[in-house]
Amino acid sequence: MLLVNRILDISFIRRNHAMRSFITAAWLGWQIESNWADPFLFAVYSIARPIASVMILVVMYSVITDSATEEPIFAYIYLGNALYILVGMIITGVSWAVIDDREHYRTNKQLHTIPMSHFMYLMGRGVARLIIGTISVLITIGFGMLFFKIPITFQLVDWPLLLVSTGLGILALAGLGMIMGSLTMMLARHFWSIGEAVAGALYLFTGAIFPLDVLPSWIRWVGYGIPVTYWLEVARRALLGPDAIGFPTLARFSNLEIIWILGGFSVVLLVLSYFFYRWSLHTAKEKGLIDLESSY
Amino acid sequence: MVENNLAVHTEDVMRIYKLRGPKRKEDPREIIALDEVSLDIRRGELFGLLGPNGAGKTTLIKILATLLLPTSGTAYVNGKNVATEMREIRHEISMVSGGETSGYGLLTVEENLWMFARFYGLESKAARLRIDHLLEVVGIADRKRTKISDLSTGLRQKMNFVRGFISDPKIVFLDEPTLGLDVSAAREVRAFIMNWMGDHPESTILLTTHYMAEADELCDRLAIIDKGKLLAVDSPRNLKHRLNQDVVFQLTVEPLGPRPSREEMIESIPGVRQVTVTEVAEGTVLQLILQADEILSDVLAHLTRRGSSLIALEKREATLEDVFIDLVGRGLDVDTSHTAEDRDE
Ligand SMILES: Nc1ncnc2c1ncn2[C@@H]1O[C@H](COP(=O)(O)OP(=O)(O)O)[C@@H](O)[C@H]1O
Ligand SMILES: [Mg+2]
Repeated sequence: MLLVNRILDISFIRRNHAMRSFITAAWLGWQIESNWADPFLFAVYSIARPIASVMILVVMYSVITDSATEEPIFAYIYLGNALYILVGMIITGVSWAVIDDREHYRTNKQLHTIPMSHFMYLMGRGVARLIIGTISVLITIGFGMLFFKIPITFQLVDWPLLLVSTGLGILALAGLGMIMGSLTMMLARHFWSIGEAVAGALYLFTGAIFPLDVLPSWIRWVGYGIPVTYWLEVARRALLGPDAIGFPTLARFSNLEIIWILGGFSVVLLVLSYFFYRWSLHTAKEKGLIDLESSY
Repeated sequence: MVENNLAVHTEDVMRIYKLRGPKRKEDPREIIALDEVSLDIRRGELFGLLGPNGAGKTTLIKILATLLLPTSGTAYVNGKNVATEMREIRHEISMVSGGETSGYGLLTVEENLWMFARFYGLESKAARLRIDHLLEVVGIADRKRTKISDLSTGLRQKMNFVRGFISDPKIVFLDEPTLGLDVSAAREVRAFIMNWMGDHPESTILLTTHYMAEADELCDRLAIIDKGKLLAVDSPRNLKHRLNQDVVFQLTVEPLGPRPSREEMIESIPGVRQVTVTEVAEGTVLQLILQADEILSDVLAHLTRRGSSLIALEKREATLEDVFIDLVGRGLDVDTSHTAEDRDE
């Protein structure tokens, strides 16, 4: 709180709607996400759960391929899954904040009558989930390196590529998450799981667990239309270095080209999500849904 | 242009709720929550909106606080349009609902208030001073470090109340501020409101209530609202003056007997303006608004004819309750919401 206090006291941040909303909301989000009465539960949630879900995959893979975990395709699948943890966290993050505020904490009446940028507030609320998601991803990858010999050598990792692509990927995902959140805002009750559903559906079309090339070509195009596909691919390339050459997905694009595509996606999605958010908010106000609770 | 000494100005504001969910035949599919409401509230006024449950009070407050858009008509807060100048309005207002016990339970009282002060763009030092001061005033300074989830309902309500005043707002919307509070807590809240208005003569408070006495005690002016329509807007004193030529009697009789036919009803006696009937343990209480004292003898004769005997008789000053009954034709404690469900939280 002290640090946040300092930052917020900087005059141009304090006077700027967007910045002070984002930072204060990030603080709030962190309080909520890290509010584990029991550190043990926190560990289970952010460490054991992701590892368990990857393990299921590992077991399935081993049964099918007779334990061929040395094959590059294993690293492909393993990393796709590990990175996808972040996708899920971000895409569902905004929807969860919307639902939490509206129905769990019931603070929407308070939040929508104060001078803040609610768009930036929702983005800020997502930061904590982003951090926890990142930790889960790192732990899962570390686990894979230790026990399944995922061939990541730190000297060979293309760090700039990894950081830039992940930054862009996160922005694009934030845009997607905001669109899901806006939908949630507009649709009363029972639509709470829309973000989860979308994250689940994307899993199959983005090359997270199998290269897109095994799909019929017309379904492949679904994957090409989703930024996650590009991020997963380029992040794997950055992590695995030469080992990634054998992966067929997007093979005809160079790293730089993929970065450009990803950048285009982030800009388009962020702009789109902003206008969609505005329209959703207006609709919600027309219908009287802002402070509606599903439970009555 | 809107006159700039008005804190609130509305022109023919309508709000219609479309009902979702399964349609039942006997239900109306639309609810007209506000029906062409035109209202002016001046700066510095403590203005009350008085009406029964379901009258549309919360709906009007939500529109003014930029939570809800009017279906038609326009509303201005401090000269700014609620539909197009929300951000400007939000710098100047705050809103607190009574019975509002919601909040981020995992934060402490201080953290929660700090957070809102930050959203308002207050500096940390100013925020801390104001938080400490307000907590002191409402008497929960010792709970600063308590988590909200550990507070009793009443204390949470107080904390939310403090939140509403933390930004030194120009206009405060208080939706039923004493709802659910016990007598002494309600008195404290009213005292706080009065004091705050005393310290901030330029500021405006719009409060809603369905307690007559509260409206009478607090408000400079008030509007009586029922079924989405404003029925009268005036100071409590002037409203009561309207009935001054009339006299109010309270009779307790026993038994009143079965409901008589139309021409046999007390209302049919010339000079009787309003009658309300309440059953109590001792018998039946009749509140009568009569055009003149003499009419009472006609009423008594009528009652004798019906076989009722008089247990008690009292002549009293007109209250806001009487004004309301006179305007609406029934008492305030009758629920008039269109649907059986209570949609107000
Ligand atoms: N979100 C909503 N959807 C449908 N009807 C509503 C909604 N909110 C309020 N109403 C209805 O509008 C009318 C006015 O409600 P409200 O403004 O809450 O009255 P009050 O605050 O005076 O009790 C009531 O009939 C209520 O049932
Ligand atoms: Mg109400």
